[in-house]
Amino acid sequence: MSFDPVAIRRDFPIFDRTIRDGKRLVYLDSGATSQKPQVVIDAEVDFYRLHNAAVHRGAHQLAEEATDIYEGARQSVAAFIGADIDEVIFTKSATESLNLISYAMGNAPTGNRFHLKAGDAIVVTEMEHHANLIPWQQLAARTGASLSWFEVTPEGRLDLSKIDSVITEKTKVVALTHQSNVLGTINPLEAIIARAHEVGAVIVLDACQSVPHMAVDVKDLGVDFLTFSGHKVLGPTGVGIFWGRSELLAELPPFLTGGSMIETVTMTGATWAPAPRKFEAGVPNMAQAAGLAAAVKYISNIGIENVHAHEVLLTKYLLEKMSEIEALRIVGPTNTDSRGGSISFTFGDIHPHDLGQFLDSQGIAVRTGHHCAWPLNRKMGVPATTRASLYLYNTLEDCDALIAGINDAQKYFGR
Amino acid sequence: MQLDNLYQEVILDHYKNPQNKELASDNDAQVHHVNPSCGDEVTLGVKLDGEKIASINWDGVGCSISQASTSIMTDLLIGKTLTEASEISEKFLHLMQSKGSEEGDADALEDAVALAGVSKYPARIKCALLGWMAFKDASVQAHSAKEN
Ligand SMILES: Cc1ncc(COP(=O)(O)O)c(C=O)c1O
Repeated sequence: MSFDPVAIRRDFPIFDRTIRDGKRLVYLDSGATSQKPQVVIDAEVDFYRLHNAAVHRGAHQLAEEATDIYEGARQSVAAFIGADIDEVIFTKSATESLNLISYAMGNAPTGNRFHLKAGDAIVVTEMEHHANLIPWQQLAARTGASLSWFEVTPEGRLDLSKIDSVITEKTKVVALTHQSNVLGTINPLEAIIARAHEVGAVIVLDACQSVPHMAVDVKDLGVDFLTFSGHKVLGPTGVGIFWGRSELLAELPPFLTGGSMIETVTMTGATWAPAPRKFEAGVPNMAQAAGLAAAVKYISNIGIENVHAHEVLLTKYLLEKMSEIEALRIVGPTNTDSRGGSISFTFGDIHPHDLGQFLDSQGIAVRTGHHCAWPLNRKMGVPATTRASLYLYNTLEDCDALIAGINDAQKYFGR
Repeated sequence: MQLDNLYQEVILDHYKNPQNKELASDNDAQVHHVNPSCGDEVTLGVKLDGEKIASINWDGVGCSISQASTSIMTDLLIGKTLTEASEISEKFLHLMQSKGSEEGDADALEDAVALAGVSKYPARIKCALLGWMAFKDASVQAHSAKEN
């Protein structure tokens, strides 16, 4: 099947509307959140319309159907990322997943492999989204463990030259992003995973910006935990995934406690159900899980490799066109080697907020600011950037609109 | 273009030639305010002469709206009394919250009425208010520093 973004756009009802007095919507902010195809909207609506009941609880037909849909969604997600079914945990977002693991580690008693204390170390990178930085800062503060990090080079790549002194015998966990939401950089994982495992540390991968855009197989990657958000992969808001290797999930203490996550309960104590239930306290986000399953099936039908190839093509095109604009500086890799379709840039004296506002007046949606990666912005020497981020429904026409918009902004603000 | 309501000539002028944008070393109070959603920053100092505002000086990075608004505010409020300044600030705040339904009191707000268009863009109101909020904070601190 040939890849046709114009046909794909027709699956997304939002592209039927116009922006700012009749302009065509040029949506270049999928790094923040993706648009939703009708099948995802239908899956969520149908759950409420036809099957709504609390999963795992009622002795009635609706409860059975709801449970089938919810557990079926788990299976779809597991298939999408090459995981075992019981390793896939539904959370509300990647942010919650990262808080789940960091709080769960903080709950680990002495003797548990996840227990942290003064003298232990947590490793992150300078290019983390705040969601994969602050939870670790907080865990370090609570446990007395130290926090260290891989630096970022001026080209926007991880500096692995000091890998052996960044990841040491003290390191218990290495948390990093698969693809930077600002730079677009896809991080090389092999050496980091090898070094982390050599010292007995676990790897937590923030796959928010990779799972939607390229084939990710958790077993092939060799990481220990992984998370992503449903809403960036064509799914609904309010659902995220936390994946962990089953033997690790068995030892990791729970984060949220309450209904549905227990095995037995007395007035003074409780024991836990095995994963995934141990990490899914309360009535879960069933309709959103159904929507996420529809999303990953939609992508699988198109083929994630095709999505990736399309994005590489557009990224290459945009990078080339941008390099022809004199005052434009790309913040991140300037070629498509190990790089995704998130392109951040500065443009002469025009502040990103003003550029973004101008582009908006042309119907072009971009993100401006520090993109929840303030330390990275500081490191790259830019207070803020404008970011265009691509997805399967973007076209060369969208890229041309952006380039024209940037050039017109120069005329507008240069007046 | 509707955008022209937002980016009036006066605003771009102040952005290119910001007024009082050099921090003094002898302020009665100095504050640092940021807009955490976009990273815009302003450091702003206030010097009082009794009830009168002798100086407002500042430094900062940010978009044209935040920078121009701060610049316009300093021009407007230097030389006023604290009471006058707070009345003007209230009027400006009200204008920013007007969702495009008001033009602003040109007698009181002078150049600052050029920012009226901002009130139609909810995401930019914080930009326009950054310097004004910093001034409010600094003037209260400067006032109480003088009293003690
Ligand atoms: C790399 C990365 N990590 C984590 C997150 C947090 O995702 P969410 O806000 O959906 O929890 C995002 C989204 O902004 C992201 O881009």
